[in-house]
Amino acid sequence: MKKTYKIEVDCANCANKMEVAAKKTEGVKDCTVNFMTLKMSVEFEDGADVKAVMQQVLKNCKKVEDECEIFGI
Amino acid sequence: MSRKQKKSLIRILIAAAMLAGFSFLPVEGTPRLIIYLIPYLVIGYDILKKAVKGIGRGQVFDENFLMAVATLGAIVLGEYTEGVAVMLFYQIGELFESYAVGKSRRNISDLMDIRPDYANLETEEGITRVDPDEVPVGSVIVVRPGEKVPIDGRILEGNASLNTSALTGESLPREAGAGDEVISGCIDMTGVLRIETTREFGESTVSRILELVENSSSRKSESENFISKFARYYTPAVCISALLLATCPPLVRMLFLGAAPDWKIWVYRALTFLVISCPCALVISIPLSFFAGIGGASREGILIKGSNYLEALSKTGCVVFDKTGTLTQGVFEVDGIHHNTMEEETLLRYAASAESYSSHPISLSIQRAYGKPVDSRKVTDVEELGGHGVSARVEGVSVAVGNAGLMDRLGIPYRECGKVGTVVHTAVDGSYAGHILITDRLKQNAAETVAALKREGISRVVMLTGDIRQVADQVAGELGITQVHSELLPADKVEKVEALLKDCKGKLVFVGDGINDAPVLARADIGIAMGALGSDAAIEAADVVLMDDDPLKIVKAVRISRKCMRIVYENIWFAIGIKLLCLLAGALGFANMWIAIFADVGVMILAVLNAIRALAVK
Repeated sequence: MKKTYKIEVDCANCANKMEVAAKKTEGVKDCTVNFMTLKMSVEFEDGADVKAVMQQVLKNCKKVEDECEIFGI
Repeated sequence: MSRKQKKSLIRILIAAAMLAGFSFLPVEGTPRLIIYLIPYLVIGYDILKKAVKGIGRGQVFDENFLMAVATLGAIVLGEYTEGVAVMLFYQIGELFESYAVGKSRRNISDLMDIRPDYANLETEEGITRVDPDEVPVGSVIVVRPGEKVPIDGRILEGNASLNTSALTGESLPREAGAGDEVISGCIDMTGVLRIETTREFGESTVSRILELVENSSSRKSESENFISKFARYYTPAVCISALLLATCPPLVRMLFLGAAPDWKIWVYRALTFLVISCPCALVISIPLSFFAGIGGASREGILIKGSNYLEALSKTGCVVFDKTGTLTQGVFEVDGIHHNTMEEETLLRYAASAESYSSHPISLSIQRAYGKPVDSRKVTDVEELGGHGVSARVEGVSVAVGNAGLMDRLGIPYRECGKVGTVVHTAVDGSYAGHILITDRLKQNAAETVAALKREGISRVVMLTGDIRQVADQVAGELGITQVHSELLPADKVEKVEALLKDCKGKLVFVGDGINDAPVLARADIGIAMGALGSDAAIEAADVVLMDDDPLKIVKAVRISRKCMRIVYENIWFAIGIKLLCLLAGALGFANMWIAIFADVGVMILAVLNAIRALAVK
């Protein structure tokens, strides 16, 4: 399953870091962060609990870049 | 400017003024340090804070940390002005980056500003303004001059000129009247329209396009992936080099050469390295170039679904066209009536009547040529003879209309046609009555497109068609296409494209009208669907969608992609080149921190300005 979220982040490199952090999160199959459109699209593993996974994604992203936000979780 | 940006600008101005003022102060030693720490903290406190937090998380190669080390190092070495200035320029760079990106983000979303804000719904109490999302299928909405059509539908009442330029890039307005289908996103320029909606907002053209555009460039190109990888290795590599530069030469001098270690010189050179260690210029300008390229293309009515396709498009080696609907209009017209034994008008009346129950394009063209309504009461016993034609009784007389196979089957001798096209034979009352020649017309720009592709260096242009050989060869001849494969079934087209994929130098582009050719669109390196307004299947299957049906847009798409890729490569070489040069000059002692900060911020600003060029389309 694939979902797209609006995000807030300051710099392009930070967006790349978020992408790497999100990809490493359990339950995430693949993820792309687009700095230009400020969108994060996440592909989940089958049967993943989307809400819980996204909470973890946000946590992991905050670890690498604390001034970031993911909306609509 | 946002609040954050304004705050940053004020800090930059204050720090710059202090820095300029303090250089005249006649203080030395510790008081001088304290004085310079004021502008340093004004401009750099947030960087220092982030750096400390970064260390806590184990993020050593964070650019904030590097900037903090470089500037604090410079201050420790007594280079107060440079320490403050580097931080100042770094912040100027950050501000510029955030401003430029925000600006182009807004620019591009303005271009695609086709989202309707409201719909005027007709209810029993009169007309109310509602969210387009809340309008059910089959309701009646009213669109006034100057408003956008919010939802796809059919006009019940009214006439208007519709401006479709936001959707197609076509500046000529389209006239529409009662009974016409209208698509959402058009702007009503003249009259009041009452429209019955045929779709929900979420399913309407405008929503589909917005979805496509907003999700584009989430598919990343090879260049973008290269840059993210490069960035991951570049910063650590430069930092390690800096560490080695700071320690190795002095130790070597001290231990082996017996010379003074000159710690201060080498540490200063190492700090210069750290200033150049941020890959910002690349990390921001490459995605920005693609974003601008895709944005510029969508303004022309060319929707590209991802930067990977933009990149592939620039490497186009051959273009394969499906004939009908791309090179030809896909609208058949009666070209002539030959060997007729009765008045043309009478023959057409018989043929049109017999075909009046069919919606095949050929039947429709005959009905159009007849031009008058058919009296359906006089048509009886209609029988479709699968793949051959129809037979019926018209005005009490037996009429058979179809191809040569039908005449053979009925045992009626017929005359071949000397011209190329689809030939429809007719037999009235059991004897041959002549044939109708029907041809498909070439699109206005078809020949120009083939010629322009060749001028762009794409010499391999191939045409595939399900049509008969003579027609295909004639069309290809007129257009200057040398490689033609005709009489293909849809499955054969996939096979042909697979064969072509093997011996095509560069990427293979397949251009179709999106009807029946979804498998081929998917199989090609890049599938381009034309005239996609209203065709959902095409929007789904293709990688590039042309909103109108002008084949010249293909050439334009290739040009846009090439320009964009040229800018991407310029930026990659320019940024990496300047940085490596500065690193080298820094190591050898030719470059000081001032040059290093130019290499960092200056290159970034130039690369961003260059990237924005991709938005302009010739």
